[in-house]
Amino acid sequence: MENGQSSVSRDAASTGEVSAVPAADITAICAAFDNDSHRMLDILRTVQDRFRCIAPSTMDAIAAQTGLTRIEVEGVASFYSFLSLTPRGRVTIRLCDDIVDRFTGLADVTAAFEDVLGIGIGETSADGAFSLEYTPCIGMCDQAPAAMINDVLLVGLTPQSARSAAEALMAGKTPEHLISDRFDELSPQERANRMVENNIRHAGEVLLGPVPADAGLAKAVEMAPAQIITAIEDSGLRGCGGAGFTTGRKWRFAAAETAEKHYVICNADEGEPGTFKDRVLLTERPHLLIEGMTIAARAVGAREGILYLRGEYVYLRPLLEEVLEQRRRRGLLGESILGIEGFDFDIRLQLGAGAYICGEEGALISSCEGLPGEPKTRPPFPVNRGYLGFPTVVNNVETFCHAARILDRGAGWFHAMGTEGSHGTKLFSICGDCLNPGIYELPYGHSVWDILEMASGQEAAAVQIGGPSGTMIARDSFDRKLTFDDLATGGAIIIFNGDRNILEIVEYYMSFFVHESCGYCTPCRVGNVFLQKAIAKFRKGLANPDDIDYLKDLSATIIETSRCGLGMTSPNPILSTLQNFPLVYSAVSKPSKDGIRDTFDIQSAIDSARKIAKRRSYLYDRDFTK
Amino acid sequence: MSPDQKNEAGFTFTIDGVEVTARAGQTILEAADEAGIYIPRLCDHEGLRHQGSCRVCTVKAGGRSVAACTQPAEAGQTVENETAHLTKMRRDLVEMLFHEGNHLCPICEASGNCELQAMAYRLDMTDATRFPYLEPCRAVDATHPDIALDTNRCISCGRCIRASQDVDGKGVFGYVGRGIHRRVAVNGDNLADTDAEVTDHAISSEVCPVGCIIRKRVGFATPIGERKFDKGLIGHEIEEKRK
Ligand SMILES: Cc1cc2nc3c(=O)[nH]c(=O)nc-3n(C[C@H](O)[C@H](O)[C@H](O)COP(=O)(O)O)c2cc1C
Ligand code: SF4
Ligand code: FES
Repeated sequence: MENGQSSVSRDAASTGEVSAVPAADITAICAAFDNDSHRMLDILRTVQDRFRCIAPSTMDAIAAQTGLTRIEVEGVASFYSFLSLTPRGRVTIRLCDDIVDRFTGLADVTAAFEDVLGIGIGETSADGAFSLEYTPCIGMCDQAPAAMINDVLLVGLTPQSARSAAEALMAGKTPEHLISDRFDELSPQERANRMVENNIRHAGEVLLGPVPADAGLAKAVEMAPAQIITAIEDSGLRGCGGAGFTTGRKWRFAAAETAEKHYVICNADEGEPGTFKDRVLLTERPHLLIEGMTIAARAVGAREGILYLRGEYVYLRPLLEEVLEQRRRRGLLGESILGIEGFDFDIRLQLGAGAYICGEEGALISSCEGLPGEPKTRPPFPVNRGYLGFPTVVNNVETFCHAARILDRGAGWFHAMGTEGSHGTKLFSICGDCLNPGIYELPYGHSVWDILEMASGQEAAAVQIGGPSGTMIARDSFDRKLTFDDLATGGAIIIFNGDRNILEIVEYYMSFFVHESCGYCTPCRVGNVFLQKAIAKFRKGLANPDDIDYLKDLSATIIETSRCGLGMTSPNPILSTLQNFPLVYSAVSKPSKDGIRDTFDIQSAIDSARKIAKRRSYLYDRDFTK
Repeated sequence: MSPDQKNEAGFTFTIDGVEVTARAGQTILEAADEAGIYIPRLCDHEGLRHQGSCRVCTVKAGGRSVAACTQPAEAGQTVENETAHLTKMRRDLVEMLFHEGNHLCPICEASGNCELQAMAYRLDMTDATRFPYLEPCRAVDATHPDIALDTNRCISCGRCIRASQDVDGKGVFGYVGRGIHRRVAVNGDNLADTDAEVTDHAISSEVCPVGCIIRKRVGFATPIGERKFDKGLIGHEIEEKRK
C-alpha cells in the first residue's frame, strides 16, 4: 500500500493513451535549451505544459537529445510533483491543502469543484479536460482557501466562487479569463495584483517603506568588492531564509575562492507552510531584489546569476521576466553595468516544479543543474563548490533586498535596528486565526503578544513559529521574543485558536514532511512515515503511554542521522507539542488493560479480506443476525 | 578539500581512543578501514563513489553526528564509533530498512550472504520490533534470461547504480520517485529491455548487499556453514587487520 503507485496511474486508466509527442517537437524544445542536460527541468516543464505528460517514448527522445539515459530523465520527471508520467488534464486544478486552508473551508471548496467537474481529488476527467488535485501550501495562507489553475491563482475561495469558477471552466472559459475578460491587455504587474492580494499590514523602514531606485547599487559601484562585503558584515545582516547564517561571511567565503566563475543564486522557493513574505517582495520590490543580487555579484565576482522561483509562483514569471528585461535595457544588467568596464552580470529565471526540498540550498543547486532536487553532500559547501562545481552564494529573497538597502543607507543604520545578534527588520507572514493576516515588517525583538495584538489574534491558544519545521508554543510562552536567539523564524507565524485540534495540525505537518522528503536518506524517508503512523494512532485513541517515549526516541534518531535540514527538523511538530502541549497527548493515550500494546489492529488487518470475501469475519465480527 | 592539512604526508586523529593515520582527502571511513577499524556501512562499497544515504555509518566527530563515509578525516579530531548510543542509532536505521521493504530471510537465497541480515546480527537487532511494517507492493522482474530483480528486497543503497555507471560504463539502473516512493529502477521498460549482462560488475554478487539482484540458476548453491557470514560477523575481515 505505502509504496504503491500514486493516483496518477489511475488517471491513465481513465484518459487512455495520449497520442505520441511528435519527434520534431521534442527536438525543438530540447534545442531551445541548447540540448543542455543541465536545463532538464526547463525541458520537462515545457513538455509537461504543452503535452500534459512526459511519456516513456518522450523520455527516450529527450534522453537522446541531451545525451542522458532514459532512467536519468525519468529520475527527474518522477521527482517533481508538477511533472507527471501519465496524462494530466488540459486544465489542472491544484487546491492548496495547507492546514490553514483546511480550517477555512477547503472541504466545501473541494466538494464544489468535484461536484461541477464530476471528478474526485487525484482524478482526471475522461475527456482529458480537467485534473483535480491537492498540493501543499502554495504561499497564500493569508487568503485561503486558494487554488492554482494551470498558471493562474484564485484566492479567498468560497464554495460559491469555487462553483462559479468551475462552471465557467466547464463552459470553456480559459483560466486567465476567470481573472479578467481583458486579461491579455493587462500588464504583468496588473495581472499579479488582480490575482493575489499583498496584504501589507505594516511597512517598516527597510523594505516596504519608500525605497529609492537603485541607490544601493549606485553606492556599490563606487566601492571595492571587499568594502561591500565589509559593509554587509558590519550591518549584522543574517540570512532571512530560516538558517540565519551571517550574510557577509558567506559572501567573504565565496569571494575568497579562486575559480573560473562564481555564481549568485536567489532562493525564491519559499516552501515552508505559512511563509509568503518573499511572494510579496517579488511582487512589490522586484527591482530591489535584482539590485541586491547585482551587488552580491560585484562583491563576489559573479557574472551569472539564477533566480529560482518556486513552481507555485509561476504567475509571477511574466512580471519578473519584464523586470529583468527592463534592467537590461537600462544598463543595470548585462555587460558593463552602469557603464563600468568589466562589471558584467545577468540573471536567468529557473522555475521549480513542486518540491519543498528544493528550498534547501544544496537541493536548490541540484534542481538548477537539471537534477532531482536532492541535497548535496557537505563538504564541499556551496560557497566553495556549488552550482556546476563553482563557488556559489545562495541567499533568500529578503536577504538580497536588505543588502541593497544596507549599501544605500549604511551598515550603522541597519545595525541600530533590532536587538543584539538580530539586527535590522524582518518580514513576518502572519496567518491563521486572526483578523488581520498578512505581511508585517518589524524590527527583531517583538514578543509574540505584540504580534498577536497587531494582527488581532489575541484569542490564540497556540502559535506556530517558523512553520512546521519550527516551534509550536502555548499561551504561557507568548512573551517570548522573535529573535535568532529566542524564537527564530524565516517569517512564518501561524495562529491557532482554542477550537483547533493540535493533533490534527501535527498529523497534517507530518504528512507534509512525508510528502516532501526527497527520500535520499533512510531516517527521513522511512522514519517520518513511522512518525506519521504513530500520530495517527494517537488520533484514533489507540496509543498508550509508552507511545510517547516511542515518539521521542524515534524523533531523536531521525534528527541525529538525517542528511539535511529537512530530516533534522521534521520531528519538530511532535517534539514541540509534546513539550508545550503535553496534555494533548496524555488525554488520548491510555494504558492497555492486558499489557499488550495494540500496534496490531486486527480490524484494519482483516478489512481487505472482508471486502474480497464480501462477508463478515466469523471470528472477529459480531454476528449481527442475532 | 582540506587546505589546512600540513601536506600530503599524513596526520592522525582518534577513533574510540585508538590513534589512526590518514592522508589528506580521505574520509573517516576510508582511514578507519586502513587502520583495521570497522565502521558499519551499507550504501558505501569499496571501489564505488561515496553516496552517504543509508546513514548506518553515522559516527560522532568532534561531538557532531556525521556520515563517516562522506566526512573528510581531520587532524586531531576525536571520533566515536562503537558506543552504545551509536549502535542504537544504527540498529534503528537497519530496522527501518527491514520494515520499509519485504524481507523474508528464511526463504531468501541471499540469506547468510546478506549484508542487511548480517548487519542486524552485528548490531544485535534482537528485541521485539516497535516499528510498523510498510509491506509495499513491488514487482519482480524476471524478463532477463540470466538475471532477475526482486525489488521487495531492495534497500535503495544505490550500489548497483554506481557500479553500472562508473565501473561498467552503462547506466542500467537509476533512482526514480521521491520520498517513500523513491526506488531503484532500470533503464527501460524492464531488465530485458536494457543492456545488462550477467558479467557486469553491477550484477556481481558483491555489489547488491541483499537478494534483490539475482543471478539465475545459481541460488542456494552454497551450503549453510559456508556462506559469507557463517564464518564471522560482518566487518571481521577489516577488524582482523588490526589483530
Ligand atoms: C528543507 C529546507 C527548506 C528550505 N527552504 C527554504 C526556502 O524556501 N527559502 C529560503 O530562502 N531558504 C530555505 N531554506 C534554507 C536554505 O537552505 C539556505 O539556508 C538559505 O537559502 C540561505 O539564504 P539566507 O542565508 O539568505 O537565508 C531551506 C532549508 C531546508 C533545510
Ligand atoms: S533528510 Fe535525507 S531524505 Fe530527508 S530531505 Fe534531507 S536528504 Fe532527503
Ligand atoms: S555507508 Fe555512509 S551513509 Fe551509507
